[in-house]
Amino acid sequence: MQKTLRELARIVRSKNSGPFEITLDVVFADESTYRRVKASGVLTPDRIAALYRLTPAQVLNCEFFDPALAFKATIARTVSSGSPAETDTYGGQQAAPLLSVAVEV
Amino acid sequence: MEPFRVLSTLGMLGYGIPEASLRQGVARRPHAIGADAGSTDAGPHKLGRGVPDVSREVTRRDLEMMLLAGRELGVPVIVGSAGGSGARTHVEWTWEIVREIVAARRLRLRAAVILADVPKARILAALRSGAVRPLGPVAPLSEEVLAATTNVVAQMGTQPYIQALDAGVDLILAGRSCDAAIFAAPAIRAGADPGLAWHMGEILECGAMCAEPGSANDCMLGSIEDGRFVLEPTNPARACTPLSVACHSLYERSSASHSEGPGHVLDMSQSRFDALDDRRVAVSGSRYVAQPLAFKLEGARSAGFRTIVIGGIRDPIAISRLDEMTAAVRAATQALFPDRDYQLRFVIYGRDGVMAEREPTPVPGHEVGVLLDVVAPTQERADTVCAFARSQLQHYHYQGIKATAANIAFPTAPSDIPCGEVFEFSVYHLMDAGDPSELFPIEYRSLGA
Repeated sequence: MQKTLRELARIVRSKNSGPFEITLDVVFADESTYRRVKASGVLTPDRIAALYRLTPAQVLNCEFFDPALAFKATIARTVSSGSPAETDTYGGQQAAPLLSVAVEV
Repeated sequence: MEPFRVLSTLGMLGYGIPEASLRQGVARRPHAIGADAGSTDAGPHKLGRGVPDVSREVTRRDLEMMLLAGRELGVPVIVGSAGGSGARTHVEWTWEIVREIVAARRLRLRAAVILADVPKARILAALRSGAVRPLGPVAPLSEEVLAATTNVVAQMGTQPYIQALDAGVDLILAGRSCDAAIFAAPAIRAGADPGLAWHMGEILECGAMCAEPGSANDCMLGSIEDGRFVLEPTNPARACTPLSVACHSLYERSSASHSEGPGHVLDMSQSRFDALDDRRVAVSGSRYVAQPLAFKLEGARSAGFRTIVIGGIRDPIAISRLDEMTAAVRAATQALFPDRDYQLRFVIYGRDGVMAEREPTPVPGHEVGVLLDVVAPTQERADTVCAFARSQLQHYHYQGIKATAANIAFPTAPSDIPCGEVFEFSVYHLMDAGDPSELFPIEYRSLGA
């Protein structure tokens, strides 16, 4: 059965990590869900690039962090924080596409 | 080593320290009391214009509470990235507040004021010798961009702080700092392992963010000893758990397992987070890996002046012709102002206003919000171009129009809102350096009788 990250994760969020990057965090509530999502191989740099219409080089980091039961990806901003072409100065509303990522559980 | 305790009063000076939490923290007799006062989060204008982004009144209240607590315990108070961006103007803004408090409370105070402004000539020399490189997805620095940049600051590490602590001051008021250095410095000076000290600093700089429930507006006590440090929120309504502390490693950082600072990488990939009881967590296994010394530079430059209009469109025919309408307004504006010394954009809320070209479903709703945004070399020019574009948007006859009186609803009168000067980060680079204190002069100042 497939479930989305909206159903599986406790936290799905985005925020600036410095003015030229946005970092995406997905945190799970329990170890077994986290292990299953990690093992599914769905959350990869390629998938992040596709979700956000980026080149692979614009996905700067993609990692699972076991102590926090978390997945993290960091992407390059297309415009720097607060510059004239900005739409999200703090980068806090960029995580929505992750919610619909489906994982076989 | 004997346990060395550092109290973080909150995650951002000027957010309002909870009094009861501070008293609980003071009762634990910390050896140093600190607060981070800076961030690049709110955008480049604070650094570019040299203005603070917290209220003066609450900053004064927080500083006064910290200075009185430091005096009560006879321990140093440490404030880093003073005034938001940590340039001289921000540091002096904070120093004025310190003077007021000292006068009103009839205190005596010896302070170290550490500046973090980097002369542009110093950066230019480094740039020409190849010692400046982009930090992350940033364009290489050019001499032209550097010349247009107003303030440039460097993030100091622990060395200037340790030097000031060695001088025995009551207060360190520092310019732009690597946030964690504020709390790592007294711990390292006391003999703590630098990996643990920097990791503790990375957590303490956010106040009680690492607790459950988390908050940047509350106190956190860090106690460091051989082989570990222990975190404990001083507010009994909060608790640290291994998960809440580990989760904090994610917050606002490119990587959860590695964090770069001046002259090092902090490796948290082998960190352990262990519950001591239901409120305290011990962290161990974090490693300090030395790197060639380089400092992070931050600078901003003016990008012009802005005028905006906020409006809404409800007519479904108009919504179906949005692209036609905005293209026509753009063309008419360009025809009247052929210089193109301005930037004109439409942000369409309800379609792709938040995510722009990354929006996966750019489908308008039954109504949309329109932000008409003009940035031009002067405020007058921005006002002029914006007023014209707004009138075009209001009355343009799109294909199939039935609502021939007006295309857009304005919630404000006047509709056009001048926003002042706009900035952009222009310097976000690493500069190689030999001496960890070279860029950060310390001024010792005394106040009171």
